Amino acid sequence: MAERSFKHEVKKLTAGEGETFTGEGILAVTKALLQSGVAYIGGYQGSPISHLMDVFADANDLLEELDVHFEASASEATAAAMLAASVNYPLRGAVAWKSVVGTNVASDALSNVASGGVTGGAMIIVGEDYGEGSSIMQERTHAFAMKSQMWLLDPRPNLTSIVNAVEQGFQLSEASNTPVMLEMRVRSCHMTGSFIAKDNIRPAFTVSDAAENPTRDLDRIVLPPANFLHEVEKIEKRWPAGLAYVRDNKLNEWFGPDTHPSEIGIIVQGGLYNNCNRAMELLGLADAFGTSDIPLYCLNVTYPLIPEEVKEFCADKKAVLVLEEGQPEFIEHELNTLIRRAELDCKIIGKDMMPRAGEYSAQVIRAGLGKFLRRFAPDIAPAQESSDPLPAPVAQEIPQRPAGFCTGCPERPIFTAMKLLEREIGPTHISADIGCHLFSILPPFNLGNTTMGYGLGSAGASAFKPTGKRAIAIMGDGGFWHNGLTSGISNAVFNKDDTVNLVIDNGYSAATGGQDIPSSRAKNANRVTNNPIEKAVRGVGGQWVRTLTRTYDIKAMRDTLREAMLTKTKGPKVIVAQSECMLNKQRREKPLMRKALKDGQRVERERFGVDSETCTGDHSCIRLSGCPSLSIKPNPDPLRQHPVAHVDNSCVGCGLCGEVSHAAVLCPSFYKAKLVSNPGRWEKLRARISGAVIRFIQQRDDRKRLARAF
Amino acid sequence: MPSSSTDRLSIAILALGGQGGGVLADWIQNVARGHGWVAQGTSVPGVAQRTGSTVYYVELARADAAGRAPIMAQMPMPGDVDIVVASELMETGRAVLRGFSSAGRTTLIGSTHRIYAISEKSAMADGRGNSEKIIAAAQERSKRFIGFDMEAATDRTSSVISAIMFGALAGSEALPFPRESFEQAIRDSGIAVQSNLTGFEEGFTRAQGIIALPEEAEHPAPEPTTEIGRQLYSTAAALLPQEALHNVAHGLARLVDYQDANYARLYLDRLRAIAEHDEPPYNLTSEAARHLALWMSYEDTIRVADLKTRASRMERVREEVKAQDGQLVSVTEFMHPRLQELGETLPAPIGRRLLSGGLLARLMAPFFKQGRHVRTTGLRWFLVLRATSALRGLRRRSVRYVEEQERIDAWLSVAADLASRDVEAALEWIKLQQLIKGYGDTFERGLRNYLAIRSEFLALPEQDQTAAWLHQAREQAFAQS
Repeated sequence: MAERSFKHEVKKLTAGEGETFTGEGILAVTKALLQSGVAYIGGYQGSPISHLMDVFADANDLLEELDVHFEASASEATAAAMLAASVNYPLRGAVAWKSVVGTNVASDALSNVASGGVTGGAMIIVGEDYGEGSSIMQERTHAFAMKSQMWLLDPRPNLTSIVNAVEQGFQLSEASNTPVMLEMRVRSCHMTGSFIAKDNIRPAFTVSDAAENPTRDLDRIVLPPANFLHEVEKIEKRWPAGLAYVRDNKLNEWFGPDTHPSEIGIIVQGGLYNNCNRAMELLGLADAFGTSDIPLYCLNVTYPLIPEEVKEFCADKKAVLVLEEGQPEFIEHELNTLIRRAELDCKIIGKDMMPRAGEYSAQVIRAGLGKFLRRFAPDIAPAQESSDPLPAPVAQEIPQRPAGFCTGCPERPIFTAMKLLEREIGPTHISADIGCHLFSILPPFNLGNTTMGYGLGSAGASAFKPTGKRAIAIMGDGGFWHNGLTSGISNAVFNKDDTVNLVIDNGYSAATGGQDIPSSRAKNANRVTNNPIEKAVRGVGGQWVRTLTRTYDIKAMRDTLREAMLTKTKGPKVIVAQSECMLNKQRREKPLMRKALKDGQRVERERFGVDSETCTGDHSCIRLSGCPSLSIKPNPDPLRQHPVAHVDNSCVGCGLCGEVSHAAVLCPSFYKAKLVSNPGRWEKLRARISGAVIRFIQQRDDRKRLARAF
Repeated sequence: MPSSSTDRLSIAILALGGQGGGVLADWIQNVARGHGWVAQGTSVPGVAQRTGSTVYYVELARADAAGRAPIMAQMPMPGDVDIVVASELMETGRAVLRGFSSAGRTTLIGSTHRIYAISEKSAMADGRGNSEKIIAAAQERSKRFIGFDMEAATDRTSSVISAIMFGALAGSEALPFPRESFEQAIRDSGIAVQSNLTGFEEGFTRAQGIIALPEEAEHPAPEPTTEIGRQLYSTAAALLPQEALHNVAHGLARLVDYQDANYARLYLDRLRAIAEHDEPPYNLTSEAARHLALWMSYEDTIRVADLKTRASRMERVREEVKAQDGQLVSVTEFMHPRLQELGETLPAPIGRRLLSGGLLARLMAPFFKQGRHVRTTGLRWFLVLRATSALRGLRRRSVRYVEEQERIDAWLSVAADLASRDVEAALEWIKLQQLIKGYGDTFERGLRNYLAIRSEFLALPEQDQTAAWLHQAREQAFAQS
């Protein structure tokens, strides 16, 4: 069960010709795929593409109705390899993932499909996780498009343009026998808007048609001599066909007048067009509807560039500003080459005036454009901007909010246990992995030395061959199935690594929004789940394997970790630490609990609390937990000054705080309150009797205390 | 010359993961679309939502006469935002920090309650950011600042904070849409309509009010209620400076409660020795009254058992966990008494034998290895704790009492000595008591830190024994977790 359900929204996907579709960017892309008669879809979750995968999964019924095959792929490589279906058959297919990381994983298959070329339209939808809020290294997918020769679309960020790009992308792919990448920036994926829908199209040729009528063309397989032919074919046939399609169908756009008195112009990536217009509007050079004073050439196709169009645009200009986000500046380099070849005298101004790194927001573009105008068109240039930042004494009061584990997260106690073990045996090299568990590197745990990629935690520790202390490698269940089993565990067994491998099994691909994976405990009507990780580890030769079924048991966690660190057994030590993702668990259980309450059934709820009278405000408990519901509040004691710990009502009663105060011998302030709604008769009676005795004693004590009080 | 659109409205929402910022953004767009506006919302979810902060951005505009759609930006541009809605005080501050709120233009709607960041929570002492500075900046850097405690408003109405924010936005009248359209948007979404409308109403009303910080409890000096109390207070008033009496009264009340009137008299005697060297404004006596009372009421097993078994405590728990009438509440304490704590509580001769690690200790040890789940709402454990708290009468003979009084006297004698030549240094010395807190490992670490600072300080030549040195040493001890 995914974190967010699109069951309601996917109804919009049935919209027909002429209806106005209003919704999120990813939903619009899904609709555009159906309008394009796509025959198969695959992909791997990861922000900002997770929701696209969730939409596909929730639209399963509609996809089946249209004979569209959908797969939640095991990895991006799996998804990319699916495009093989378009090599020999006129099948349109689309796959999606988070880029640049997903493209890295997929690149083997991508190189193959790009080399052999495609018959049916093949589209790769990449969620470009670049800029604010990104969780990955800042690189460009553009490089992959260039090295494998796949066309890269970067449409203007409005739903109509994005939907058009999908439809035209398939045609471009078929016209040039080349896979096409559609770049969706983070904000465009989650952007709401409207477009006029068309009817969905059932694929004329389906995946089962293809399977029943196999065809074979040796020239499409990457093996000598075909691989050498492919390279020639790419240059001599597919490249010119691609250029012709982009040019003839005017995929790139021109705005503003043909010339400007100052002989300047702007070339902008399609995805940055809106920010560019806003910057120009605020400088008085454009209106809110895109009417520009300056000639503007908008690249909805950022690879390849169209030499004739570039020549035409730059011919009568002395300087052109290129707005190209990220680095290296591939487009700027190519433009310079094209200008030289065309023997034009036009300056291409890019990264010398725009920042080399970072997102090109409207603010950044305005500043760069201002610089450009001051040099090349001083008469319309804005004055130097002045800034008035918040004074440091105020600014430093505003704390950072690093991401952290959710309330009640079952992964937190694992790191608490590691922290406690660290007190005994000192620091250890910890190879971290991708997933929620990577938050361990942040406060309050500060655990983890490196992370090398998804499912690569164990592999990242393989060079550490200890004589004394063992390295610990962490991996999530998502990473384990993505490739960790083979490249991590199997490799460690094969190479006799002596590392401790911790596989965190919370039942979902949790960090990406709770999608099911092979070891999920959920019953999924469309997938096979419940494949235990331990079985897989033993299957590749793992000998020392322990499965812990309750991560909140700090002592068991710590003791098992200690045993793994100290045991004489050789080879990798694998601990599978299981407890369900609390976010998903709560979403499943809360409605059930509400219903039970409504029906008058007995319902128990547990939560924790801190006695502010005995809490001395040391906050050790917080440093060993970091739970969002474990916070602080002003000290109610008139003499004490430091804030006391406090558990707020968002507590889900996971029990970690109590376990920590026991295991770390902290303090007696934590209590667990069990609230019973609609209690049974016997239970009520017992509580009434003991309550009466306790109250009697308490009242007597209170009277005595008052008599001898201040 | 291009025409410019003056009727565009840009709205930035700063919220923490799980606070419903996305829901709020959707509501706003639905209101605007209902009035024929073009609305666009964008956000960057992902890991930022796992307890981090997220910016949602909404633009509202209208097509022009020719029917051309406006070009919408995808993130708030500093200096070009009309409305900011922030779900927490430091997020309000972040909006100002990032330049989203500008003087003369932006309507800034922000909650004044705090959700503490991990750096603030995990500090060993007090790591909280300064709220007043943020409020002042919010007022300076906005056209209008609407600030109130939205969490309290949420609790009052059993609603969600997004509904409060939506109500405050409507109540600010910064958007050109009538109240009914906002309420209709809530109804149209069809989820928790009634409680959302109640929250909306509360937010709407509070938006008209004055800027209000969350209420903080005040602690007036306690009035004596018994003859003993009045005697003690008049002794204190005669012996000690007026300025210190607030803390002294709290200290007396605490120590009478902790032990008895004689113990409170010992407190006054000890204070007088410090006050002799003090001078106006008598900060030293005042702070010594605080820290001496805290040290003298050190946390031992007797005290914990006493506090855990009081009637007032049970009421406080019910209130804190928001127990409703008819709900049974059972309370389990997580206690980890060690043999050491037991030994310290026992009368000195027996206690020392236990602590020295002989046969008795070895026999008892297994019973103190594990943490205990102590159910104080059940009779058995209640009576055990009640019996422990009754050991109060024997406290003066306990190992711990003897040790603590020795430490206190040593601490006070240095304070008195310092006060005779440098009152500021004496004040900083007194504040070292802050280091000694907690139980078990935490207590031992604090005590170690204190003793280390003490011996290093006393080894310094007299002219180097300064307030600044002590202050820095204390800060350093708190900084290393």
